[in-house]
Amino acid sequence: MSTPTDRVYSESHEWLKVDGEIITIGLTTFAVDQLTDVTFVEMQPDGTMVDPGDSVGEVESVKTTSDIYSPVGGEIIEVNDALGENPEMVNSDPYGDGWLVKIRIEDQGTLGNCMDAEAYDATL
Amino acid sequence: MPTQAAIKQSPLHKYHEEYNAQMVEYAGWEMPIKYATSIKEEHIQTRTSGSLFDVSHMGRLSFKGKDASRLLEHVCSRKIGSMQEGQCRYSLICNAAGGVLDDVIVNRMGESEFLVVVNAANREKIVAHMESVIADRGFDVRMEDRTLKTAMIAMQGPKVMELIGKISSEIPQLKRYRFLVKNMMIMKIMVARTGYTGEDGVEVILPASAIGMAMKMMMKELNSEQDQEDIKPCGLGARDTLRLEAGMPLYGHELGEDICALSCGVDFVIALDKSVENQGETFIGQEALIAIRDNGGPEVKLVGLEIDSKRTARQGMPIMVDGQAVGTISSGCASPTLNTSIAMGFVPQANTELGTKVQIDAGRTQLDATVVEMPFYKRSK
Repeated sequence: MSTPTDRVYSESHEWLKVDGEIITIGLTTFAVDQLTDVTFVEMQPDGTMVDPGDSVGEVESVKTTSDIYSPVGGEIIEVNDALGENPEMVNSDPYGDGWLVKIRIEDQGTLGNCMDAEAYDATL
Repeated sequence: MPTQAAIKQSPLHKYHEEYNAQMVEYAGWEMPIKYATSIKEEHIQTRTSGSLFDVSHMGRLSFKGKDASRLLEHVCSRKIGSMQEGQCRYSLICNAAGGVLDDVIVNRMGESEFLVVVNAANREKIVAHMESVIADRGFDVRMEDRTLKTAMIAMQGPKVMELIGKISSEIPQLKRYRFLVKNMMIMKIMVARTGYTGEDGVEVILPASAIGMAMKMMMKELNSEQDQEDIKPCGLGARDTLRLEAGMPLYGHELGEDICALSCGVDFVIALDKSVENQGETFIGQEALIAIRDNGGPEVKLVGLEIDSKRTARQGMPIMVDGQAVGTISSGCASPTLNTSIAMGFVPQANTELGTKVQIDAGRTQLDATVVEMPFYKRSK
């Protein structure tokens, strides 16, 4: 699957899709391939305030348990509850239904450290 | 300083590429972790139909000579001299303190010939151990490491024996833990009714040079014409979740040099009654293990745990009783068959009773768990 060009990417293999002040965060195909089968997802609840670089939750897979980091600061406004019953959606549709969390950001500037799809692909 | 050895590729490497395997490094080998879209899918394929695993990374050591039986009697925890030709036995190899150097399958090829299958990560250690015992005791045994000259595959699943019946009438007649050697064309193939998944099936050893041809033939002959779905390739990821459901220990998790052999739930392979009079040898570690048994047994025992959460318990997580850490998790996974989170771990004898409630310290959270019977999964006969 090619890396979507409608969003930006972090060094720790999260994608961030910007829609005004709302940012959706998920994991890249590369990340989910490394994790193997995702078996459990738990994000911080709505209303949690996070700083750039903070963990927004955990993703467990057959291989390991990983923290998910937000490159941006703000308030968690929505988590993908469907992953509670179907965590494997993170594997099957990482750029779509497998999204993890939505954050209302305070400062667009912190997105500056993220890469576009081409730059991200070059790091793999 | 020795330079790090190059990562070895299995003789089935091309086959893995053809089937789009995702490769990982495992014990110095580049091996497939999965082929399908998910490990769970491969796990279920094995439980409901059939899977083919490449296990060529495992060590295959041949022992020939007048004292071969005696050497293995002295090194293995299980009785070896009483084995018949064509029989396989699962055994431990212990150190003098009663810790576990490896768990192995011993195959008796003849009166004075054996083939021992060892774990990939322990191959060099076991070769050195055997060499040292042979030298110390002046045994008349020639050891040959055949790992790189041969390939090894496992076919496991409820449909496997029936499908093999299409190409051989003999193999489905094999009893569990028996093997036969067949000469097909110019190659020698060893087929044993053994496995590491909790399913029926076989493990096959054949020359590395013949594996390409053999794989093509097998996938073609065994699978039905219409679909190629009866037996599918399966990676090491599912192999681990399958063996965990089947309650089988894995070296480096449930077995190790610092873990007492009597702790690991495999007492049936530890023959503490071996004697020089009856077997000709006692085994290395036997004396220490007898002392441990006579002093009330090992401090901890392996138990199965069912977890009250979808979270996975990981190796090293503390097991708590009444707020106190009493034990440690050795393995855990989300069980695809049972649809629960399962684990194995070591706890003091006082906490091993079925139904005992414990907590697992998972860092930010504690998971409630119950001691349950193993295996977690038993196939229907």
